[in-house]
Parts: sequence; C-alpha cells; structure tokens
Amino acid sequence: MSVWKSETMPIRTQADIVHVRQAVRTWSVDAGMRLVDQTKIVTAASELARNTLEYGGGGELLLEALSESVRVGLRLTFTDHGPGIPDLELALKDGWTSGGGMGMGLSGSKRLSNEFEIESQVGVGTTVRITRWK
Amino acid sequence: MTTPAGGSRITEVLNVQENELLQEWIAEQRQSGAARPDLIAAADLQDQGREFLGLLRQAVQSGEFSNINIPAWSGVRDLLTELSRTRARLGFAPSEVATFVFSFKQPLFAALQKAHAGAPDGFISDIWTVTQMLDKLGLLTTEAYLKSREEIIARHQEEMMELSTPVVQLWQGIVALPIIGTLDSARTQIVMENLLQAIVDTGSEIAIIDITGVPTVDTLVSQHLLKTVAAARLMGAECIISGIRPQIAQTIVHLGVELNDVITKATLASAFALALQKRGMTVAKVSQIKS
Repeated sequence: MSVWKSETMPIRTQADIVHVRQAVRTWSVDAGMRLVDQTKIVTAASELARNTLEYGGGGELLLEALSESVRVGLRLTFTDHGPGIPDLELALKDGWTSGGGMGMGLSGSKRLSNEFEIESQVGVGTTVRITRWK
Repeated sequence: MTTPAGGSRITEVLNVQENELLQEWIAEQRQSGAARPDLIAAADLQDQGREFLGLLRQAVQSGEFSNINIPAWSGVRDLLTELSRTRARLGFAPSEVATFVFSFKQPLFAALQKAHAGAPDGFISDIWTVTQMLDKLGLLTTEAYLKSREEIIARHQEEMMELSTPVVQLWQGIVALPIIGTLDSARTQIVMENLLQAIVDTGSEIAIIDITGVPTVDTLVSQHLLKTVAAARLMGAECIISGIRPQIAQTIVHLGVELNDVITKATLASAFALALQKRGMTVAKVSQIKS
C-alpha cells in the first residue's frame, strides 16, 4: 500500500469543519469515488471533525490518498490532545453521548467507512483513523 | 529628543528637499510597479505623496522617530490607514500597499548620504533611525490593509446569513423553506426562527423543509432538522422534509439516524403534492375538470 498524496488540515473553528468537508469531497472526487461513497466519507469526516473540535478541543486531520494494487482509497486520521475517552466501548455505542449530540457520530462514522481504528488515552488525547476504498 | 552622535540631518533633509524627494520617490514607485497606474491616477499619487511628506515633516519635528504611536504621529498614521483601506478596496496587493512606504527609503537614503558628505559618523545612525521609522510605517499599512479585508469578509458572512434563509409560501396554509449550503449552528438558529415565525404569520398547517441544497446530512444536521420539526409540531404545524437524494438516504441509514417520525419525500414536487392532498386539494389538468 502506498500513500501518493497527503495533506494536514487544522481543526480549530467551526469554519474548519466546513473546509474539511470540502477538502474530503474534492479528494474523493479525484479518487474517482461514486457519489454514494463520496457522500459517506464526507459525512463520516464531518462527524469526526466535529468530535475533534467539540470533545477534543481542536486538533488536526491528516488526509491521505492511498493506492494498493488496483484499488484506491482515502485515509483520514483525526488527532486531538483533548481529555481522551475513558470507555471506548461505551463511546462506540449507538445513542450514547457525553455532550448534547445524538450519540450516533462515532458509531455512525464507523459504519460509513471500510476500516476504523480508534486509540484514546485519558489526559493525552484521541486518534481516530478511517479508510474508505473505492 | 533623539540626537544621534554627529548630528541628525533627517529633519533638515525633509524640510529642505521635500520636492526633490517627492519626485524621486514617485519615480521609484513607478519603477517598482507598485504605483498601479491602472488603479490610481498620476495626480492622486502625487497628492498622496505630497500629503504624506507634509505630515511626516510635522511628525519628525517632535524629535521622536522610533515611537510612531505618540500623538505627534497621528496625522501620518491616519493618512496611511486611510490610504491602505482605499487601496485594499481598489484591488492593490498588500505588498504594493507596503511599497508605498518602503520605496521612500531609496530617495531618503540618497539625500541623507549627500547631507552627511564628509561626516560619515552621523550617517549610519541616521540610516538606522530612518529604517526603523519607515519599517514601522510599512507594517502599519499592512495591518490596516488586512483589517479592512477582514471587515469585508465579516460583512459578506453576515450578508450570506441573511440571504440564505427565505421562507416562501407555496399555497394557503403551506410554507416551504429551501435550505442551501451547510446547516451549522449559527445559521440553523436563524433558519429555525424564520420558519416558526412564517408558520405563525401565514397561519400555515404544513411546512416543507427542502434540503436539496444541503450537501452533507450528518448527525448534527439531522438533530437540527428533528428539533425544528418538533418545534413546528408544538405550534400545530406538520413538517415534511423533502430533497432526500439517494446518496443522502443511504448515508443516513448507515449513520443510524432515525427519521421515522418525520414525513420525508425525495423531491419538493412530491412533498407539495402531499401537502395539497392533506389540505384536501389537488392539482389537475384543465381538460380533466368536468364543467
């Protein structure tokens, strides 16, 4: 698997979430994804970027275009240095939220991507990595 | 009072050689390409230069060269701020605006060199004083330029906010809210208020929220929509959400958001047809109506 393009974007304000959505959409179009797949990864990116901002206190997104033999895909890595998630199992449960949201963002973005990884350490921060293949 | 060793000649040079300095300075601006004859008339450029030199001469009478924030410098500061704002609006690049000040270095340095001929001690310290002074004034123009740009951007954002949320009445008792763009918190609040107000004003029983123009429907957008629907329901109006395109439908399903309690339609047309039906009306061809 090789990364042929990458970019880092800050997630510090509400406007940055809009920029993230726009960038992910552009990259997914460039990767030749179908409209449904574009919408899915853009929506997942929107959820995770908002989590990074609201629960992680801001952070950044690493956007990577991947290619592996014949398939291409996008990998998004969201990193924050916020309070971390004490109970990952609970956080991934549908409908559970520590804030005022619906509690579907994290679990929903897992369902919207092909690969999903999450690492979190209390007091250190959280990293969420998703990949969607064309 | 700043009196560098060897005697400062800055004030003297500015007083005596004003005209020569102005002509050389303007030539310098033209040569550097920052004069932008396409945007500003030669006469205006001359006037601005003369005004700046006049105010600069007054300012240096204070003897203060390094602190441009004192009242004696307010005339120069105001002129440069206004000039940067005007030029920002005219379409000057920030470097071109700053060059207005920086291009003055060359003629002033040359004049100082002549004035100090035979006595090089004071020359270096004068150059240093003038460099610091002009650098500060140059940075001031850049700050003013950016500030006026930011004001323009902030105004556009506010205008967008107002523009983007019109509620339209489709028929008696039916209002529609076509939403275009992102549904982030600040705007959603306005959208919601507008719709609820329109429901009251028109006495409508059915409100159609059309999200054809919303590119991404995530959990926050869904939550906002559900809250708007709930609020409208409390006021006795029923909501129909239209413009759910195939890719949005599939994404919502994967996301796990449930819109079960809400009536949704793929297009605004089908939502309108349903709204008419609920009001006991229909749209028919004239030929089909029996007289």
